[in-house]
Parts: sequence; C-alpha cells; structure tokens
Amino acid sequence: MASHPSTRTRRGPVTYLVRLLVIAYLFLLVAWPVYLVGKNTFADGMDNINGILEDPDIVHAITLTVQVAIIAVIINTLFGVGISLLLVRYDFPGKRLLSALLDMPLSVSPIVVGLALVLVYGGRTGWFGPGLESMGFQVIFATPGIVLATVFVALPLVIREVVPVLEEVGEEQEQAARSLGANAWQTFRRITLPSIKWGVVYGVVLSLARSLGEFGAVKVVSGNVLGQTRTATLVVEEKYLNFDKGGAYATAFLLALVAVACIIIVSVIRPKEDR
Amino acid sequence: MTSTTLTPDRPATSRRPVRVGRPLTRVSGLGLGVAMMWFSLLVLIPLAAVVVTASAGGWSTFWQAVTNEQTAAAIELTVGTAFAVTLVNIVMGTMIAWVLVRDRFFGKRALEVLIDIPFALPTIVAGLVLLSLYGRNSPLGVDIANTRPAVFLAFLFVTLPFVVRTVQPVLAELERDVEEAAMSLGASRFTVFRRIILPSLTPAIAAGAALSFARGVSEYGSLVLLSGNLPMKTEVTSVRILSSIENDNLDSAAAVATILLAISFAVIVLLDVIQRRMVRRG
Repeated sequence: MASHPSTRTRRGPVTYLVRLLVIAYLFLLVAWPVYLVGKNTFADGMDNINGILEDPDIVHAITLTVQVAIIAVIINTLFGVGISLLLVRYDFPGKRLLSALLDMPLSVSPIVVGLALVLVYGGRTGWFGPGLESMGFQVIFATPGIVLATVFVALPLVIREVVPVLEEVGEEQEQAARSLGANAWQTFRRITLPSIKWGVVYGVVLSLARSLGEFGAVKVVSGNVLGQTRTATLVVEEKYLNFDKGGAYATAFLLALVAVACIIIVSVIRPKEDR
Repeated sequence: MTSTTLTPDRPATSRRPVRVGRPLTRVSGLGLGVAMMWFSLLVLIPLAAVVVTASAGGWSTFWQAVTNEQTAAAIELTVGTAFAVTLVNIVMGTMIAWVLVRDRFFGKRALEVLIDIPFALPTIVAGLVLLSLYGRNSPLGVDIANTRPAVFLAFLFVTLPFVVRTVQPVLAELERDVEEAAMSLGASRFTVFRRIILPSLTPAIAAGAALSFARGVSEYGSLVLLSGNLPMKTEVTSVRILSSIENDNLDSAAAVATILLAISFAVIVLLDVIQRRMVRRG
C-alpha cells in the first residue's frame, strides 16, 4: 500500500489547502471544544471531580448508569449475534424487511423512543403497562424502563458489525466442521465465534459507549428521581441548569473520558483485521 | 459489506455452493421466533403504538396537532436546519474522507479519532462541549447560545461521522489506474475528480447524506443546554414532543412523533434502494 508507485508529484497546492481546511474544521468543531471541557473540569484542581465523587446521589447515578449499560450490552450482544447468524446463514420470508427494520432505532429520535415505550408500558394508560403493574412489575419510571430504552437505542450496533464479518468469512469451515460430526453448538463455539470475535468486540465497545451516554429516551422513561432513577447524563443536565457548572463539567468529563477511551480501543483493535 | 451477495441471474450450477442460506432448522426457527418476539415487544409494538395513538383521534385531530403554529415552526426549523447541515456534510465529509484516504501526514490517526468522537460522546455532553467554545464564556468571543446558529452547530457536530464513514471505505477501494490513465491523457485534476472519482462516490455520499439528515432531524440531547429551546425560535421537533409528553398530552406528542417516524422510515427505504444499487454495480 505504502509503496504505491507515484510517477508524478501528487501534492499540489490544492492538497495542502484541503488538508488545512479539514484540520481547521475538525479543530474548531471537535478538538478544541472537547479540550475545553477537560480544562474547565480541572480549573480548580481536583475539586470538581472530588465534589461529584463525594456526593452519594451522583455516585448512585453513575452506578445505575453502569449497571444499565452492562445489562443492555449483554442483551444486545446475545440478540445481535443471534439475529446476525439468522440473517446471513438462513433463508426465511421477510428477511429483507427485517434487516431494514433492524436499522430503525438508529434514525428514530430518542424522545420518540421514550414516547413509544411509555405508550406501551406506561403504568396508567399503556397497552401492557397496567397489566404488568397489577402483576407487581413497574416498567416506566423504574429501572426496567431505563434498560428497555437503552437497549432500544443501541440495538443495531452489534448487528452492523457482525453481519459484514459473517458474510466475509463464509460458510465453508462451518460446513466442514458439521460434516466431521460437530453439532450446532460446537460449530458455533469452535468455528464461528473465533472468526467473528473482533466484529463482536467492536460492536460491544460501540454499544457500551452508546448505552452509557443515552439521554433523551432515558429522560422520558425514567422519571428522573434523584437517588433512584437518575442516570449520569441526567445529572449533567440537572447540575448545569442549577448553576453547578463544576459538577456538570466533572460528570461530563467522566462520560467523555469513557467515550473517548472506547473510540481509542476500537481504533487500536480495528487495523488488526483491516490492514 | 456486500462482497458475498449473489447475483440473481447466476445459475445455481456453479461449482461453489450457492450462498443464499439454508432453510430454517428447528433450532434456528425457534431462535428466530424468540428474537422476533423480543424485537416486537421492544421496537415494533411501541413504534406501532405511536402511529395508532396518533391516528386514534382521526385525521382532523392529527392535522390540528401537527399544524399548530408552534409545532409547525419547530418542524420547519428542524427539517430546514437538518437539510442545510446535510449539504455542508456532503462537501466537508467528502473532503475529510479524501484527506483520510489519500493524504499522508503526521497526526492523521488523531483525525480518525476526532471523527468518531461525536458518535460516541453522550449528546448532553456534546451540548456542553460546544457550549464551552461557542457559549457565554467563549475564548473565541463567539456567543451563539440560544440562537438558531446554535441549532445548526449542534446538528453539524452530531452528524459529522456519517458522510465521512460511508465515503471513506469506497474511496479506499477505488482503482487508481483509471485516474492515472485519465491524467496521462491530459485530464486536469479537477476533471479527474468530477468525471472519475465523484461518480463512483455518489452512492456512498447519498447514503451518508441520508443518515446524516435522519440523525439531524431526530436530534435532541445536544440542544438541551445549547439552544435554550425558545418556542418559535430555537425549539426543535423533539423538544416539542417532549413538552407534549410532560404536559400529559400523549395524543399530540404521538402525532408529531409520527412525522419524525415517517421521515426516518423514508430514509431507511432510501438507504435500502441505494445499497442495492451499489451491489449491482460492484
């Protein structure tokens, strides 16, 4: 790749102009603003960070966020790998429609996601809500609702990573394993899973970032009760609107730190398979 | 992404086994059933509930909710801004992809990370991030908080990765021989770009543009702190729906939400069409 024979100088003034423009654009739109959040967080040393870590309500919010994100990632990984296998390896009516619908959560507004869940699982007027509630199972304004909303918004991420890998590796090895007498589970665990491993890891990391950061849908379904159903992203809003900018910046910084770490992990993993 | 898709006119007599997939076995059929049930409970039934609730009051109620002055202004602002942002993304996204693929310089890996940040950053944090440079205490002296340009800026931030990430792989796969041939025949760089590179990139650009439009229209989180949500001025559709929910007016919330769902469904159909066209070419 690097030794591409270049017979003429490719770097005219246009190249440098475009490069400069792109760097300036990304600097002003992403790099500088993100840097400023870090700078504002540590404007008073470690005070802001210590401040939020000593507040039991915020610690509770962060714990809740992490718990919900982990549950959501597990559900989406199991569902995502399963449905990817079905989409790539099997034939059934309505496959194309299903594959298109699976992308739907990516383009639906988080507020609409929240509304949709409230309309079905809301305790008072939802389709299934009152029935579930009479069985003692509250969904909306409780943790299950937050989990549902988080799973919804991150649903396609694992599938989008695993499907192309599955298509790429093909079926020959699986067929060979089966013809040698391996059962379905052995084939999956010994042959399929190792070959799609990096696709799954990549999807999991992206889902984790998305799940930790969900805001709009969670805001609608959680009820935002301090110390109970308030998540980390809701803390950022609450703190900022209550003029506790230090606390808002510190919480935002923690969330941003995890997000950036996820991206960097992914960019370290990815070249292994691509290049 | 589409490397193994079978061309439909190919006879099934080729030596390689045909890869259309096997019919369902008992176990996989059961798996599909469970998966579909979960998907229905989580996504399909709730989204259907939005449309059913919106249509329950009849056409006139729906129309009234949607054409309410404040709601109409919000929809207009959202769609208009998302459209403008998509145009910017088409130009800038293609340019960024070009730099990432064709240019080589120190620190390019850092740019790759920057592109993905808007995708991974929680939207509320994105709002706070932008506010720190373009808000009241801006080191640049630009304060656009609570104005319409703030909505534009927020959309620009959250939709940054889409065109770049759809164009980049296609551009990386392009054969350079054709370009070099054209150049050796005397075509200028601009002609090469317009006549050779651009046509092969168009489907990818269109797909990225559609995604970025859908993302812009549905944006909520990054605007909460940044735009002030002033009615008739900086209030977007999602905020409008949320305030209907908070006022316990689920019917009108569902009506406006249906508009957004229609837009995202249209985008998905468009993407499917574009993708199948790309397959046919590749």
